[in-house]
Amino acid sequence: MTDSITTPLYRLAHGRTGDKGNRSNISVIAWHPALWEVICEQVSEAAVAALFADRQPSRVQRYLLPQLQAMNLVLDEVLDGGVNDALNLDSHGKTLCFRVLQMPIALPLHLQAHLVGPADAEPPSTLE
Amino acid sequence: MQTDKTPPAAMLIGCAAGFSGDRVDAAAPVVQALVALQQPAFLIFETLAERTLALAQLARRDDPEAGYEPLLVELLRPVLADCLAHRIRIVSNFGAANPQGAARAIAALARSLGLRAPRIAVVQGDDLSGPAHRPMLAQALGAQMPEQPLVSANAYIGARPIAEALQAGADIVVCGRVADPSLVLGPAMAHFGWAWDDWDRLARATMAGHLLECGTQVSGGYFADPGYKEVPGMDRLGYPIAEIDDSGNCSIFKPEGTGGCITTATVKEQLLYEIHDPCCYLTPDVVADISQAQVRAEGENRVRLEGVIGHPRPEALKVNTCYASGWFAEAEISYAGPRAAERARLAAQTVAQRLEGIAPLRSDLIGVTSVWGNDASDWLAGADLSAASQDVRLRMAWQHADKATAARLPREINALYCCGPAGGGGVRSHMRQRLGMVSCLVPQALITTGFTWAAQEEAAA
Repeated sequence: MTDSITTPLYRLAHGRTGDKGNRSNISVIAWHPALWEVICEQVSEAAVAALFADRQPSRVQRYLLPQLQAMNLVLDEVLDGGVNDALNLDSHGKTLCFRVLQMPIALPLHLQAHLVGPADAEPPSTLE
Repeated sequence: MQTDKTPPAAMLIGCAAGFSGDRVDAAAPVVQALVALQQPAFLIFETLAERTLALAQLARRDDPEAGYEPLLVELLRPVLADCLAHRIRIVSNFGAANPQGAARAIAALARSLGLRAPRIAVVQGDDLSGPAHRPMLAQALGAQMPEQPLVSANAYIGARPIAEALQAGADIVVCGRVADPSLVLGPAMAHFGWAWDDWDRLARATMAGHLLECGTQVSGGYFADPGYKEVPGMDRLGYPIAEIDDSGNCSIFKPEGTGGCITTATVKEQLLYEIHDPCCYLTPDVVADISQAQVRAEGENRVRLEGVIGHPRPEALKVNTCYASGWFAEAEISYAGPRAAERARLAAQTVAQRLEGIAPLRSDLIGVTSVWGNDASDWLAGADLSAASQDVRLRMAWQHADKATAARLPREINALYCCGPAGGGGVRSHMRQRLGMVSCLVPQALITTGFTWAAQEEAAA
C-alpha cells in the first residue's frame, strides 16, 4: 500500500495491564476518535493471539467500548499461574501492555496528524 | 440520610492509598482539600491485594497483635487529628487479618496524639479461615480443596456493614477483606440512603470506587511514558478525590498544587483496569455495566464519569483461599563487557546441569529479555546473542515444596563466583514461602456480615 505508513500502536493508543489470577487484561485506548476504526481493524483477537502465541493463552477475548474509543483484551491462562505460581519476575504480567502497544499498524496517510509522540523511536528489538 | 425532597448534598471521598506499600505522605494534601471544600467527606485507604491477606495471616502467627497493615500508624498519624476535628470519616481494609488489632492501634495512636477517642467500628464476616467454616469451603472448593493446610480464607464482602457502621456514628470503619469499590459504596449508601436494590446508583458509586481504589493510578500514576505521555510532578502526585452526587455519578479531581494529572486518558485507563467483560463487573453489591459509560473533561484535572448502569448483585460471594505451597527461590549474577551474554548463558547452562531433573527452572537475561517470555521458554539456549547488551544480569528462579531443596538454586548461583564463567559478579538471592491460591463462590446467604464497636477499655489497656 502506498497510501499508508507503518507505525507502532503506541502512537495511536495507550493502555494498561491488569491481572486476576491467571488472567490478564490489557486495555487499548485510542488517542483520537479518528484512529479508533484502524485500531479495531488491526488489533483483532487473532492478531493479539498471534502476538502472545508463545505464552499459549487458552482464549483471547476482545470487548469493544466505542463510546470510549477503547477495547479491553482479556487473555486467559497466559500468566503461568499468575502472581502465586509464576516464576517470572513480572508474575503479574504488568509489562505486557507494551507488547501490544508496539504492534505495527498500517495507518492511512490522512490520519497521520492524529499520531502522538515522536516517530523516530527505536524499532522493537527481538532476539527470538 | 435525608428524608425531605431536596436531594442530599454531594459527598466527597478521597483515596490516600491504593495498595499496601503506597506512599505514606499521600493523605495530608487530600485531607487539606477535603477540609477546605467543606462538604460531607470521607477518606479511604485501600491496602489489600490478592495475596496481602495470606501474608498478614502469616505475620499474625508470629505475633498475635500483628496481621494488620504494617504501615497503618504511618498512614494515619499525619491526618487523624484533622479527620476527627472536621468529621472526615475514614474507611479502610487496613485491618487485613487482624481488624481488632488495627482498631487497638488506632485508638492508641489517637491517645498518643492527645485526641478524643474515635468511635471505631470493626467489620466482620469476611474471615472464613476458622474450623467452623471448613465444611462450607470443602463443599465450595470441591476437588480444588488444597491438601496443604489453609493459611487464609476470605470472602469479598460488600458495602452493607460499612454503611451500617457509618450510619451508627462511626468515625473510623476498619475492615478486612471487602471488595475494594465497596469502600466507596459504603459511605455513599450511608450518606445518600439509597435503596439496596437501586442498581444504577449502586453501580455508579461502585465505579467511582473502582476509579479511586488504586490511588494515583487515576491521577497520573502508572501512566507516564516520556515523549508520549507526560506527567508533571511525579514526585508529589496528588491522590484522587471523587465528588459523588445523588445520581451516583462522579467527578474525579485532586488537591490543588499536587503533581500528576487527571485527564480522560488517565480515567479511561483506570476504568478498564482489571475489568473483564465491561457489561458485568462483578462486586458483592451490584453488577456494574460500563459498556455505555462516558468520560469527559470538566476542567483542568477534573473528569466526569457518567452512563454506568447496574444489574442485580450476584447471589454468591467470591472467596479466596491461600495455602502454603512450598518455597520460591531466585538468584542473580551479572556479566559485563565482551561476550557478556554468552558468558551469562554458559552460567545458566552450568546451573541447569547441576540441578537437572529436580524442578522446572526459569532463566532470564536481564538487559536482553526477562519478563515477556513464559516460564517454559527455552529461547535463551537458541538466541543469537551477538547483538545483545554488554551489561547483562542472569536471573534464575524455581520453586519446590521442600525448603532445603529450593535453597540449592541460590547456592549454585553463588558457587558461580569460583566455578562459573569468567567475570561474574554481584550475586544476590532471595527466598520466600510460596502461597498458592484457589478461589470459589459461596452463597451470600451463608455468610453473615456485620460490625462491632472496638472496645474502648481494651484499647486503653
